[in-house]
Amino acid sequence: MEKFEKLTGIAAPLPMVNIDTDMIIPKQFLKTIKRTGLGVNLFDEMRYDDDGNEIPDFVLNKPQYREAEILVAGANFGCGSSREHAPWAIKDFGIRCVIAPSFADIFYNNCFKNGILPIALPQEQVDVLMKEAEKGANARITVDLEAQTITTSDGEVFSFEVDSFKKHCLLEGLDDIALTMEKAAAIDAFEEKAGAARPWV
Amino acid sequence: MSPKTLYDKIWDAHLAHEAEDGTSLLYIDRHLVHEVTSPQAFEGLRLSGRTVRAPDKTIAVPDHNVPTTPDRVNGITNEESRIQVEALDTNAKEFGINYYPVNDVRQGIVHIVGPEQGWTLPGMTVVCGDSHTATHGAFGALAHGIGTSEVEHVLATQTLIQKKSKNMKVEITGELAPGVTAKDITLSVIGHTGTAGGTGYVIEYCGEAIRSLSMEGRMTVCNMAIEGGARAGLIAPDEKTFEYIKGRPHAPKGAQWEAALTWWKTLYSDDDAHWDKVVTIKGEDIAPVVTWGTSPEDVLPITAEVPAPDTFKGGKTEAAKRALEYMGLKPGQKLSEIEIDTVFIGSCTNGRIEDLRAAAEILKGKKIAVKRAMVVPGSGLVRAQAEEEGLADIFKEAGFEWRLAGCSMCLAMNPDQLSPGERCAATSNRNFEGRQGRGGRTHLMSPAMAAAAAVTGRLTDVREMM
Repeated sequence: MEKFEKLTGIAAPLPMVNIDTDMIIPKQFLKTIKRTGLGVNLFDEMRYDDDGNEIPDFVLNKPQYREAEILVAGANFGCGSSREHAPWAIKDFGIRCVIAPSFADIFYNNCFKNGILPIALPQEQVDVLMKEAEKGANARITVDLEAQTITTSDGEVFSFEVDSFKKHCLLEGLDDIALTMEKAAAIDAFEEKAGAARPWV
Repeated sequence: MSPKTLYDKIWDAHLAHEAEDGTSLLYIDRHLVHEVTSPQAFEGLRLSGRTVRAPDKTIAVPDHNVPTTPDRVNGITNEESRIQVEALDTNAKEFGINYYPVNDVRQGIVHIVGPEQGWTLPGMTVVCGDSHTATHGAFGALAHGIGTSEVEHVLATQTLIQKKSKNMKVEITGELAPGVTAKDITLSVIGHTGTAGGTGYVIEYCGEAIRSLSMEGRMTVCNMAIEGGARAGLIAPDEKTFEYIKGRPHAPKGAQWEAALTWWKTLYSDDDAHWDKVVTIKGEDIAPVVTWGTSPEDVLPITAEVPAPDTFKGGKTEAAKRALEYMGLKPGQKLSEIEIDTVFIGSCTNGRIEDLRAAAEILKGKKIAVKRAMVVPGSGLVRAQAEEEGLADIFKEAGFEWRLAGCSMCLAMNPDQLSPGERCAATSNRNFEGRQGRGGRTHLMSPAMAAAAAVTGRLTDVREMM
């Protein structure tokens, strides 16, 4: 997995609540058997019209946000389906960090498996960052995972919370299957004990 | 011993390892797999030279992509869909996992097949790369959706890295009024708590109205726990649960049945267990409901009117404006006057035999007044039973298409889709923009309400037809 340490980049504002995973990547793109190539279809129905032409008003189609690496959005981001195609599409577009007042559980977990850092902040801090993002390419935001801080172009600093294990994996780019396999003895022991207690499972 | 919730008990019984910071390895008893969220996981195993740790606890069935028209026995026409289903065929065979292929009579929606075949049992941990895995919570199993990376993790290690969620109790007291169903309960709870109200929690549904529900109804309630943001929904097992399970192909038998039953009967929340959040709703206060917007929390009784966006607070005002524009509705419009084009009965929320019975009861001897209507049974066995009970004939005579099993128009990955602007009364679980097809407009409701809408051609209070 790609590491996430520190990122300074353009933030795209998407001030909508309940952005669901169907919006992030509609179902017709779930037929792939690969993890890559979905960036072009990120937010497909908001980004393109029925004929496949770009809708100029949509934030990621605006010239100043085409290179955005951070997304600032409304509450309950990533609700709905468990499709990991959502973070795959976000990552494939080039976004490595999503900032919102809250996230849906499965989407939040999926981000960490793909080198994306989701950051939940109080609404008033997201409001500040949303305004900052609206300034476009002139306002670059810095996200420092080690320090757990976000710094605006004006030097305003916000701290954020992140689970220590998830942070460690993201900073080091660790494959968590390999980490779990190091605990094979514990899993073997559990399996033996549970198998004796609940043989019908 | 300190008092525990049902969730605490299942969690403790599956803890294979716990680190100092609380990061835990939870052992997984059943891993359900479908064709859309698994190909990359199997590919990952191959690339890293890993194998499936517990193929006997892994069950696969294609459901999302499969066509539901009778000609599917001749193969899947859409090439991408066919490739995904064939990939599952190959992966199931290569890794030696339990499999119900597309033309097996037991094939169906993974969350209907699991309980039907007796794979889902009380006190188990159940995961699947699908958010509606919450369905299995109806058996008192800790069941939730996972992403594809986690699918690969479970395939390789039979465990999941987890942090424990908080405990939330949702109590539905008293009795439901006539015409009010499990779907109305689950939608009303989401309307009450919001789509993020359950985030960070595992919900246990309890109370007299929940106890009175059949297993099918309980599955409908737990199915939509995810729509309320919860990690999982649970209902403590009871005699109805045991009765449902007994004799199913993969249910324990003989001495093992007795041993299992002894343990299952300990699976309830202790009286003085700690709850981080409690929601209580009177069963009598729940009406037949429909959704008016593009989020499952946009729920109102059928007797209500389309709300005005400025009656909402914060970011929701903008969301409501957008939703009304998308849905083509005006504030103040009576919900019962909204005309519909299409009716969809099916999905993991409402594709079980009881759902088909409820819809058929309304449709008996009537004709549809909509452009098209379809019934997609949740599994081949549900379909067969409905045919045996004469329900299929009622649907067909009313003008419904009688389909084969699959997810179908719930997420429109197969050819069953809405056209732009087409308005649908659906028994599924999500009314998101574009969910049932680009520009399609979805109103969620119970099977009886969907049947009533099919007969009148508009959203209808089913109580008028009872």
